[in-house]
Amino acid sequence: MTKLVMTEEETMLGDMARGFLDGAAPVSAFRKLRDAGETHDAKLWKEMADMGWAGVLVPEDQGGSDMGFAAANVIAQELGKTLVVSPFLSTAVMAATALRQVGDARAKGALAKIASGDLTYALAIDEGIKHDPDATAMEAKADGNGFRLSGKKTFVVDGAMADRLLVLAKTAEGLTLFDIPADRAGITRDASNMIDARDAARITFEDVEATGEDVLGQVDSAMSVLKPALEAGQAALAAETAGLAAGAFGMTVDYLKERKQFGATIGSFQALQHRAAHLWCETEVTASAILNAGRLLDSDPDNATLAVSLAKARATSTAQLAVMEGVQMHGGIGMTDDFDMGFYMKRARVVAEWLGDYGYHAEKVAALRGF
Amino acid sequence: MGAGQTAEEFRAELRAWLEENCPQEMRGGADAEDAICWGGKNWVFTCDAQKVWLERCAAKGYTVPTWPKDCGGAGLTRDQEKIFHQEMARIDARTPLQSFGIWMLGPALLHFGSQEQKEHYLPPIARGEVRWCQGYSEPGAGSDLANVQTKGEDKGDHWLVNGQKIWTSYADKADWIFALVRTDRDASKHLGISFLLIDMTDPGVETRPIRMISGISPFCETFFDDVKVPKHQIVGTENRGWDVAKYLLTHEREMISGGGQGLAGGRALGAVLAETMGEDGLIDATLRADAMRCEVDALAIGLTLERYKDQSEAGQGAGNASAMLKYMGTELNKQRHELLMSAGGSDALEWDGPLGNRAGDWLRTKANSIEGGTSEVMLSIVSRRVLGLPG
Repeated sequence: MTKLVMTEEETMLGDMARGFLDGAAPVSAFRKLRDAGETHDAKLWKEMADMGWAGVLVPEDQGGSDMGFAAANVIAQELGKTLVVSPFLSTAVMAATALRQVGDARAKGALAKIASGDLTYALAIDEGIKHDPDATAMEAKADGNGFRLSGKKTFVVDGAMADRLLVLAKTAEGLTLFDIPADRAGITRDASNMIDARDAARITFEDVEATGEDVLGQVDSAMSVLKPALEAGQAALAAETAGLAAGAFGMTVDYLKERKQFGATIGSFQALQHRAAHLWCETEVTASAILNAGRLLDSDPDNATLAVSLAKARATSTAQLAVMEGVQMHGGIGMTDDFDMGFYMKRARVVAEWLGDYGYHAEKVAALRGF
Repeated sequence: MGAGQTAEEFRAELRAWLEENCPQEMRGGADAEDAICWGGKNWVFTCDAQKVWLERCAAKGYTVPTWPKDCGGAGLTRDQEKIFHQEMARIDARTPLQSFGIWMLGPALLHFGSQEQKEHYLPPIARGEVRWCQGYSEPGAGSDLANVQTKGEDKGDHWLVNGQKIWTSYADKADWIFALVRTDRDASKHLGISFLLIDMTDPGVETRPIRMISGISPFCETFFDDVKVPKHQIVGTENRGWDVAKYLLTHEREMISGGGQGLAGGRALGAVLAETMGEDGLIDATLRADAMRCEVDALAIGLTLERYKDQSEAGQGAGNASAMLKYMGTELNKQRHELLMSAGGSDALEWDGPLGNRAGDWLRTKANSIEGGTSEVMLSIVSRRVLGLPG
């Protein structure tokens, strides 16, 4: 029977990850990247690959560490705490999960390269302002033995740097997922200037050629490959979001203990104590939903939708509260660019939208609960 | 159940037992106030099936499945307990017995009581023969509970107890009361309290129901006038009753925070609201959005209850989790009942109207965030003990 308790291995993994990231990727490292206008740290990603994180969901036969979804969530949570920039979610979680659903020789080759840190992916799914894969309008028209892809994708996270793209497009009888190199003729990538200073792109496809070989899974049934990938991504993103909330909350509680006004530390004021305590309660409840999502993805992945959407919805609302309280309780300094809290606030807003916002996931929960 | 029994063997055996032993009348329909037996000498069974169900469960230890067998329980492990609840939910079986003895005194006795006390007091609770109530709050000791003034004078072989308790739930129906009594007036607030067990039929004990805003009177005032309490009726050490009181409070808070709303069981709020609103269902956009938020929170809080049980079984201290669970669970429950009232519209505004006691239930929930420690007290506990903020 699965337990909602962190295993010893998971606790160790979290501690190790924290230890490594505090040295290699503290928030100050993110600030440096941002100031330099960079949105990717290749050296850091290589180190993460060497530790087995890039291959966290890749089978051992392809050089992965195959630690499972709950472990991926543990890593994602630590990445979130210090706002670490990496292609972990797009590549190591979502692309790897999609490729693993297929498991043919080509997919295995790609998985091996993901595990070694030599291949990155981005998912080109969304077209409108909200996440809605079912509403995909971009077409892949049949052309001889292959297809021609035309249309626009937006909010493609890691889209400017990724080596390959997983592209969702409409085919004759449904949706099909294509796995193509990002520099194929006809593809134009425009990096977006994001509030969280991360890589996201608007991508235009003009008559882009794709063969049957480029189809990931079966034609007209993208979801059998994409749904598990998205759910794994949503769970890991929820974990990253919870980590972000924990990071912002930790800074805030520290500040309550050191900042003095009216001759007392402001943490002695009950008005602030109760708000901080409420926020902690929210983070505890969200932590349960995230642990549960990881357990279900590992034990019963075909029935994990409710658990995943619950985790994503809870993490989204908790992080938003954490960053709002974070800025407010820091007062004026919380509004300055020199102080890190603003980074947390902007990142919280981006992760809230990515892969489905609160409403999207609450609707999924409601549907599965018979509303 | 054999020691080497697998989970699936246990489940199969339990399922067969439930099929055979749970009367049809005891499946579903647990909404009425007396649908679940509270036990005690004053309990009037609503039907034969309710009595039969209690007796059969008590004989197997299933009224208190995780208590040790020599205390009237079935000695189930945490995994078996999960299966027990799943199988009960599968046939929508009513809980055979509920009581403050089960939820509150039992855990405290199991932790602090002598073996003699456990064997004396626990089996009658498990069999539903003795009903207990809680004597904690006083007119001057609400949120500041440790300020209790009910005094117990040392008279050699007994304490002479005088004073007044308030909010003693169901004291008018209870056989015994566990009470916080000041036995050392010179010691500091927390160090002069003893945890005493008192027979409600003793001379000098008097109880009076208080009419509440919900129209019913679950709460009482209880008066002690020269009540003699034998020395052996103390739990834990003299003047260290606050330790017992706090331990028991964590169980009380978990009880009030309400389980059964997790992924495994519990009806979805949206479904209940839709049912109330008739053929068109839950089409009010604002209500629907509020209900979705409530459902998301209810599921996550349910999982948190599970997580803390799993953690405590794994020997990882749950710490001050009960304060958090109590706060989150009761605030959620109040919200749920606000939504149920909204969904009911004018039908919900009548006492015993088309929706039964919906208004009474709604008003009753307002006590949830007061009893067992207010939400504000819970937040102060978290602030001080978890976050380490001064005060």
